[in-house]
Amino acid sequence: MTDISQSGAPKHASSLLSKDARTAKRNRAESRFKLYGILAIAVGLLMLITLVYNIVSRGTGAFTQTFVTLDVTLAEDKLDKNGNRNLDEIKKVSTFGYAPLIKDAISSEVEKLGIQTDLSAKDQAAILSKSAAAQLRDYVIANPDKIGETVQFRFLANSRVDGYMKGRVSRESIANDKSISPAQLDFVDQLVADGVIVKSFNLDFIFGADASDQRPEAAGIGVSMIGSLFMMLVVLALALPIGVAASIYLEEFAPKNWITDIIEVNISNLAAVPSIVFGILGLAVFINYMHLPMSAPLVGGLVLTLMTLPTIIISTRASLKAVPPSIRDAALGVGASKMQSVFHHVLPLAAPGILTGTIIGLAQALGETAPLLLIGMVGFIASNAPDSVASGLLSPNSAMPAQIYEWAKRADPAFYERAWGGIIILLIFLVTMNTVAVILRRRFERRW
Amino acid sequence: MNDMARVERVVDTGQAKITASDVQVHYGDTHAIKDVNVNIGDKTVTAFIGPSGCGKSTFLRCLNRMNDTIDVCRVKGNILLDGEDIYDKRVDPVQLRAKVGMVFQKPNPFPKSIYDNVAYGPRIHGLAKNKAELDEIVEKSLRRGAIWNEVKDRLDAPGTGLSGGQQQRLCIARAVATEPEVLLMDEPCSALDPIATAQVEELIDELRQRYSVVIVTHSMQQAARVSQKTAFFHLGNLVEFGETGQIFTNPQDPRTESYITGRIG
Ligand SMILES: Nc1ncnc2c1ncn2[C@@H]1O[C@H](COP(=O)(O)OP(=O)(O)OP(=O)(O)O)[C@@H](O)[C@H]1O
Ligand SMILES: [Mg+2]
Repeated sequence: MTDISQSGAPKHASSLLSKDARTAKRNRAESRFKLYGILAIAVGLLMLITLVYNIVSRGTGAFTQTFVTLDVTLAEDKLDKNGNRNLDEIKKVSTFGYAPLIKDAISSEVEKLGIQTDLSAKDQAAILSKSAAAQLRDYVIANPDKIGETVQFRFLANSRVDGYMKGRVSRESIANDKSISPAQLDFVDQLVADGVIVKSFNLDFIFGADASDQRPEAAGIGVSMIGSLFMMLVVLALALPIGVAASIYLEEFAPKNWITDIIEVNISNLAAVPSIVFGILGLAVFINYMHLPMSAPLVGGLVLTLMTLPTIIISTRASLKAVPPSIRDAALGVGASKMQSVFHHVLPLAAPGILTGTIIGLAQALGETAPLLLIGMVGFIASNAPDSVASGLLSPNSAMPAQIYEWAKRADPAFYERAWGGIIILLIFLVTMNTVAVILRRRFERRW
Repeated sequence: MNDMARVERVVDTGQAKITASDVQVHYGDTHAIKDVNVNIGDKTVTAFIGPSGCGKSTFLRCLNRMNDTIDVCRVKGNILLDGEDIYDKRVDPVQLRAKVGMVFQKPNPFPKSIYDNVAYGPRIHGLAKNKAELDEIVEKSLRRGAIWNEVKDRLDAPGTGLSGGQQQRLCIARAVATEPEVLLMDEPCSALDPIATAQVEELIDELRQRYSVVIVTHSMQQAARVSQKTAFFHLGNLVEFGETGQIFTNPQDPRTESYITGRIG
């Protein structure tokens, strides 16, 4: 004790009410660091805002569409010459057979409204989408009894007209465009004034199927959404049980030796393998060797499972590691077996982490495009909604990101808008999944 | 210190429950237990004392093979429970731990309700036929753990929400709920106030009627109060083992004497 009292003046002699130089310096360093932190967050936020603004401003257009409402007389002499309503005969009339009906409908509308125009009936009808005839035909085949009557239809407008309504197309920009003329735009203006052409919300973009190069106005993301859904089901059904079982074994049961070390290193390596490698692997193994169908969501799901497994294993092992060892001791101490201690005590505590890891892995898989290109899940294939679970898994389909890539690749700027719209939908899914992950984690962690 | 005067205590010299001979424990390169030979009697309380880091916990954990869970730990020598080698290849440590229960140095309740904490052991060992019997076991165990009055109105509350001392008593209740034949207690009272300590000591005394209890403690007074036999460990060696009264009043080894009089520690 004497050493302390002999050491001369006290070390902290100054008043507590004034800061000494050292404290002031430390405080300055701290506030500088806080400033850097705030700046970093500001930069991040700015980028996020730019991104969201861009996506929203470019993509919202895809959710509205220009429609033309017309009364069409389903003339019996053109659709059912024999008048016996035989469905097979009605089906023989191709979409070309319906074109005159549309021309007649638009001419009579023009006459009724008293619109002055020099356009031929054919040019007038050209403001409609090429899908209009098919829409009519589908309707007639579904309701043969309506033949002979006049029915009101809401047709999609041609993508140029739609672009004109959205400000993408102007009279200057179509100077070299053969598919539409300034006179047709004048005609559109007149129809808009009369309320025949309106722009309204387009549910078909969200639920509909992709359409061919010629009809961007009819393309929707719905079917590829189903493709994505089936792939996610495959991933969830395979990657979660395999990943969790592997992690539990490695973390809780496996002896710690060089073999498990090698396995551990390789799982980390696997997580770093570029996704396109998994794609070509899937092509070689699942399609060329196992002869699973090309472009099938089942194959896509298998490839994405390979990709997601390491993510799930790593996050599961991390959450198992985070469970305090004293809990394992406690369980073993009352005579629980290793397996009981894991399943009764460790796993429930690790579950929120496992769940979060799984959802984040799924979200990654949902946004993955590259491997799908290699197994042919891209191109104009998302054209029919599957009618059963089996066909959902096995019949050719696309996936949301692949569909977006496909649209972005096509020449027509109308598809470009749809690509942005698709990105909005994809991002809504991803944000929802990540939010669910956060909420689940909070909920389960707060239990005790 | 007048507890130490209780030399006249009745010592039940029942036959040995656990016989350890030539026990060596290594943690990797650390030689934590060196050649320990000790007989732990049935229906007796044996206290392990010694300075921090001398291997008391390590040796205690050998007795129910909790050291198996530590990868780097190697145990050599013989430990017999009722004449059977517990390190025999045919022994399932799970069965052993049902017989030899343990209360750990740090309280470690399950993050479950108080009820489930106590009911867990009886459930996995099938000790209760129905809910009523289980309720009874839980109540009896909590009473023996000297915590019943504090928790009887909130058996559904999480065990981890209790104070440190309450958690430790819950862990004691959990350990006695499985009706072990030997109870190993690693500093069970280090987080308890004097009242709870007295209750736990009373429990230990009561358990002695049927079981064998081994308790690690840093409190000489406690060792003197509750135990019949005392083992003094120092740097991994069992320096002295004998009647508690004799160890505290007439130690044979100078190291024991220095320790109990507070000169080394
Ligand atoms: N898991 C472990 N890994 C490596 N060494 C360990 C481990 N546990 C204990 N040891 C070492 O073994 C020796 C004995 O430790 P032990 O925990 O048995 O001491 P103790 O007598 O219980 O001490 P205390 O009174 O502080 O609890 C110490 O030197 C310690 O460093
Ligand atoms: Mg200890």
